[in-house]
Amino acid sequence: MSTTPVLEARGLTKRFPGVIANDSVDLTLNKGEILAMLGENGAGKTTLMNMLYGLYHPDEGEILVNGKAVKMDSPNDAIAAGIGMVHQHFMLIPVMTVAENIMLGVEETRGVLAKLPMLGRLNRRAAAVRIKELSKQYSLDLDPDDYIKDLPVGIQQRAEIIKALYRNADILILDEPTAVLTPQEADELFAIMHNLTKQGVSIIFITHKLKEVLKVADRIAVLRNGKMVGTALPADATQASLAEMMVGREVILQVDKSEATPGDVVLDVKDLVVKTNRGQIAVENVSFEVRAGEILGIAGVQGNGQSELAEGLTGLRPIESGHIQLSDRDSTHFLPRQVTEMGVAHIPEDREKHGLIMAYSIADNLVLNRYYQPPFAKGPVLNQEVIDQNGRELVAEYDVRTPSIYTTAGSLSGGNKQKVIVAREFSRPVKLLIANQPTRGVDVGSIEFIHNQIISQRDSGVAVLLVSAELDEILSLADRVAVMFDGRIVKTLPIAEATRERVGLLMAGSET
Amino acid sequence: MNFTDITFILQLTVATATPIALGSYAGLFSERSGVVNIAIEGMMLMAAMMGAFVSGYTQSLFWGVVAGMLSAAMMAAIHAVVSIRFKTDQIISGMVINLLAAGFTGHIYQIYLVPPRWPGSAGTFPELPIPFLKDIPFLGKILFQHQPIVYTMIILTFVIHYVLFYTPWGLRMRAVGEHPEAADTLGINVYFTRYANVIIGGMLAGLAGIWLSLEWVGTFNINMTGGRGYIALAALIFGRWTPFGAFGAALLFGLANAVQVYTQTLVPEIPAEFLQMMPYVLTIIVAAVRRPIPPAAVGQPYEKE
Ligand SMILES: Nc1ncnc2c1ncn2[C@@H]1O[C@H](COP(=O)(O)OP(=O)(O)OP(=O)(O)O)[C@@H](O)[C@H]1O
Ligand SMILES: [Mg+2]
Repeated sequence: MSTTPVLEARGLTKRFPGVIANDSVDLTLNKGEILAMLGENGAGKTTLMNMLYGLYHPDEGEILVNGKAVKMDSPNDAIAAGIGMVHQHFMLIPVMTVAENIMLGVEETRGVLAKLPMLGRLNRRAAAVRIKELSKQYSLDLDPDDYIKDLPVGIQQRAEIIKALYRNADILILDEPTAVLTPQEADELFAIMHNLTKQGVSIIFITHKLKEVLKVADRIAVLRNGKMVGTALPADATQASLAEMMVGREVILQVDKSEATPGDVVLDVKDLVVKTNRGQIAVENVSFEVRAGEILGIAGVQGNGQSELAEGLTGLRPIESGHIQLSDRDSTHFLPRQVTEMGVAHIPEDREKHGLIMAYSIADNLVLNRYYQPPFAKGPVLNQEVIDQNGRELVAEYDVRTPSIYTTAGSLSGGNKQKVIVAREFSRPVKLLIANQPTRGVDVGSIEFIHNQIISQRDSGVAVLLVSAELDEILSLADRVAVMFDGRIVKTLPIAEATRERVGLLMAGSET
Repeated sequence: MNFTDITFILQLTVATATPIALGSYAGLFSERSGVVNIAIEGMMLMAAMMGAFVSGYTQSLFWGVVAGMLSAAMMAAIHAVVSIRFKTDQIISGMVINLLAAGFTGHIYQIYLVPPRWPGSAGTFPELPIPFLKDIPFLGKILFQHQPIVYTMIILTFVIHYVLFYTPWGLRMRAVGEHPEAADTLGINVYFTRYANVIIGGMLAGLAGIWLSLEWVGTFNINMTGGRGYIALAALIFGRWTPFGAFGAALLFGLANAVQVYTQTLVPEIPAEFLQMMPYVLTIIVAAVRRPIPPAAVGQPYEKE
């Protein structure tokens, strides 16, 4: 690794209505290094990257590539300068193939019409050959003919990376690439990243997972409230010191909780069967119960039926057979609203699809679970004043970083979207909380906050079902751990017996 | 019904399918790039009127075609600006264009396309039987004894299929209609792509309108499109936003139309309205059986930053 700067930001400033997303930010990326970017939700990481990639235009400042100032008017300029970006929310077209997604915009053509701009025949074969070459060179296994919609996120991410390499990118920006990956997929990604840097690619890597940072980064840059607060080397840093740098105060990374005092059974699930969209069995004869005042953690590698289980329990997905008992009522075939009215809070896995209405204001999103009830509605008429007041209170309490409560949910940063959902679900008394990946994409400070909220819900007698792909999260919060593998619960362990190794083996399906 | 009748019905089917197919290709260009276009009816009507008007006053079918296609392209450009630049609801924009076209063409008709001012029609395009091919038994008469816009439509089906699925232009157009953000991050100009395709679509709608006034009837009548622009949209949905699918659907609807013309003379007991509603009924049935999936971003204005 050298210290030749390949990409520099000097005094970049970006303002949005009501916020300074980036305030005179300086950043240097050296050749062949992995630079990790840390920062709270809404600190301005994605905004900074979007400016480096030409998607946003800085209000002030300049960008240098290999020492020369470059004007980034559109992604075309960034691509020409050798910059590639994998976005926080993937930029892939589901109904197209891997090859089509990759060649889009830089198509090669052949045939008699090849001289005509854009009307020659697409040279799919050449693209496929090139993709296979790249995937071999960087050990990124990928089939160019697969449709994106049929691929797991880990593979989709490879398509995104190859998309950048296909354009000869030697500077790669990865915006929270591990947020949606299983631990195994994340490890594969790190291997790929090392492979890339060895071959001269320089990488900016954004994440909220401090452990990963210490593991893969060569250098660490921290952004807070739109300002660069400094850089650190992994050798001199600890998770705690990084967290403090990000948040500006000490963060307690360990969850502090007392022994659970389980009460009556709140959720009783018997022989539940749920199918996937394609009609395959996703949840197979699953039975368990959750008592008031305890947290049952569902561990498992993603795609082993956890999503379908949570959707089945909340009425989002039909139940094929089996029974769900909520307190004293059979809720097997309840609609989502009936489930909600039974006193169930739900933090859905896909916040953009099931959690928020992107085009609605934050205030309106904060009452989606009870907008039709007093005090938010008087008869058929909404009481906007009360809704807004509620919005202001929750935004303050849950520290949602937004210019105002009237801002649309869609323009919030990823982690702040999550906080809006958590705020809404925790803002009314419930019997049962179903939390699916509650801290995905959330910064350490907010994870601490959300974890403490979950514990205090438990302590006040709420039954909690926690689904998470983060083993750490399960092990630090749960009182009992149920491991799902291939649609079944293979084992339920009290937390005292749930060691990392044992749960890991169960998740891999190699112990029963 | 004898053999000659069947040949006649099928030949009529191909001819009357022409404006429907062309109209649905117009919709295809627009919707595949992400802009809903219910204004095909209005664009067709405008082109039918302008085609008749200009060809009458110049006594040249050629200038009639040019004027017709340009006028429809201009209406498409208005729809594009309103939808893409001003991000107005695309259904409303389309509806306004349809109303505008109906009013405007009716008005011009009453002033310039009736005596005493009207110099008289320039006629219709001649039939151009294709040598040799026209002599193929049965098929020759159905496919190769037509006027020029019919052939153009058939050729366009193949051309559009090629452009849509085999060229960079088509790939970009589909990308912009499915996921404009993704296209934008690859440096594709979303706005340009949408404008260009909506306007190309407008020209095709224009050709559909010209078929009515300059190939079929030879003059303009008030509201002469009679809902063909909407049937074209039905064909587009029925055909799942593909050129061959839309072509097939247009043929099916054309057949219903041809049968109606035929039965009207022979079996007047069957109400004409019954066959006229077939396209809509069929589309609803097909849509209910197998849900057609439109381009994912259709109807959504694209917002940068
Ligand atoms: N397009 C936009 N319009 C208005 N405000 C925006 C827009 N994009 C970002 N912001 C605001 O700019 C600030 C920084 O957002 P950004 O997405 O860069 O944060 P981030 O550091 O990437 O956060 P996260 O970790 O949650 O992804 C936030 O306050 C956000 O609401
Ligand atoms: Mg971000």
